[in-house]
Amino acid sequence: MSTNSTNVVTAGVNIDAPEKANPCSRIIKTKGRSLANWVGGLLILGALWWLGGYMLYINPDTTNFADFGPIPTFKAFPHLWSDGTIPNALSASSYRLFSALGIAIVCGIPIGILIGRSKVFREVSNSPFQLLRMVSPLSWEPIAVIVFLSWNQAIIFLLAIASVWPVAFATAAGLAKVDPAWFKVAKNLGANPWHILIHIILPAITFDILTGVRSALGVAWIVLVPAEFLGVTSGLGYSIADARETLSYDHLTAMVLVIGIFGYILDSSCALAIKKFSWHHKEEP
Amino acid sequence: MSIRGVHISVKDLTHRYNSKCPLTFEKVNIEAEPGEALIIIGRSGCGKSTLLHIIAGLLATTSGTLLLNNEVVKKPSSRWVMMFQAPHLFPWLNVEQNVGIGLKFAGWPKKEAQARVAEAIGLVHMEEFAKQNAQNLSGGQQQRVALARSLVMEPELLLLDEPFSALDAFTRTALQKDVRSIAKELGINIVMVTHDIDEAVLMADRALVMAGSPGKIMHDIRIDLEDPRDREDPAVQSMRANLMQMFHDASHVPSDDDPSDEVAADGDMSTLHSV
Repeated sequence: MSTNSTNVVTAGVNIDAPEKANPCSRIIKTKGRSLANWVGGLLILGALWWLGGYMLYINPDTTNFADFGPIPTFKAFPHLWSDGTIPNALSASSYRLFSALGIAIVCGIPIGILIGRSKVFREVSNSPFQLLRMVSPLSWEPIAVIVFLSWNQAIIFLLAIASVWPVAFATAAGLAKVDPAWFKVAKNLGANPWHILIHIILPAITFDILTGVRSALGVAWIVLVPAEFLGVTSGLGYSIADARETLSYDHLTAMVLVIGIFGYILDSSCALAIKKFSWHHKEEP
Repeated sequence: MSIRGVHISVKDLTHRYNSKCPLTFEKVNIEAEPGEALIIIGRSGCGKSTLLHIIAGLLATTSGTLLLNNEVVKKPSSRWVMMFQAPHLFPWLNVEQNVGIGLKFAGWPKKEAQARVAEAIGLVHMEEFAKQNAQNLSGGQQQRVALARSLVMEPELLLLDEPFSALDAFTRTALQKDVRSIAKELGINIVMVTHDIDEAVLMADRALVMAGSPGKIMHDIRIDLEDPRDREDPAVQSMRANLMQMFHDASHVPSDDDPSDEVAADGDMSTLHSV
């Protein structure tokens, strides 16, 4: 046997040099571990929830609140779905959320571009924008109710004013990072200001805009539920308030769970969109 | 592609960035025939890159005239395109899209634009990378794509601002040869700025030595050498030595503003010798 061979034959058994890991199996292994961790995290949360419900159940003073536990909650789901509570609440809240997010995007991106491109606008707008940003969105509610014709419009306004700042500031931050040489190259190739906006600025800052939209979505989702506590007769916030007033704790917890799941889906969709539309270190398919 | 060169006429061109700054260069005069390759060599700060930006229409002159085919240059145009030190490709686009972006700005129909993009990519030998994202290319490949992006506009004049300075020696040599042969094939003018005297000898029909502060054209040397030019060719070596001597002499002209300029020029020459 040659001395530089990588194989060693011992008692008829061929012991190869350590095999190179198959990239495919490595990916499956990594993904499998991630999935296991994801499921594990949810199982821990479920276990803690069950434990909390059980503690309420075994204590005679709190037995009435045992419906907060997971079993009564999951039992309530079919009923809440079939009587239209969940679909109607989701539909009403989604309409408000996406209308507000649309307004925030339409207003926030141009504001962000102006902040990023115009020094004068940046300096003039800095103090008023920072001041307005620090006002709690819900504190606008009394004014919104007076100004707008319906509660629905007032809630959309509250969500829009909460979510416009993350979009605007993320856009401005993205623009600050854009390589100025790209503008010079584009001008050199005959680009006019419109070309620069559409073909250079917007693609260059897509990642930052989507990150801003993701933050805006999170803020709007948090503001949505308390905003729907008052005035309206539809939406996730209203359903929770209604369940509390009728002492239907299983319904209340089910609606909380719906808010969590739907919010998680929305946030994950944003994260996927950021991954898909980001050009940073894009690899070939 | 059918491209023609341009007659360049620079008369008494003077520039300063603002009234508080000293002159960048003064009374620069250049005449070039269509298809000529001019290389401007000079040490840092003599204003050669500023001159190039003015010719590209990216900066305004302070005084003097700049005419390309008897037309005053006031703004950038797809007829005179500049290649920068770094390729500055748009990383969200693939090679084809990067090359074709100027045609998109010019409102070209998609089919015609595609044909011209393919032709330009072919000129720089990047066909197999046409669908690749710009970020996945090497520095030399990116600079080839930047060259194709300039050529696709069918410019009359290609302005090059030290475009090969960040590349390795092998890639730089290959691109020097390619750019000169493409320019000669298409009949376009080149005006290039460099620190590299070898590059000037290998690529230029004429070398302009710029020095001083404010910068001035000190020498205008015709480089009549056969193509393809080889670094080891005695004629190339002799021209290089001549040019080096002229550069050395020009760099020792005391500046208007700085009496210590002579010492600084000596320091710079050591860098030039090592190129």
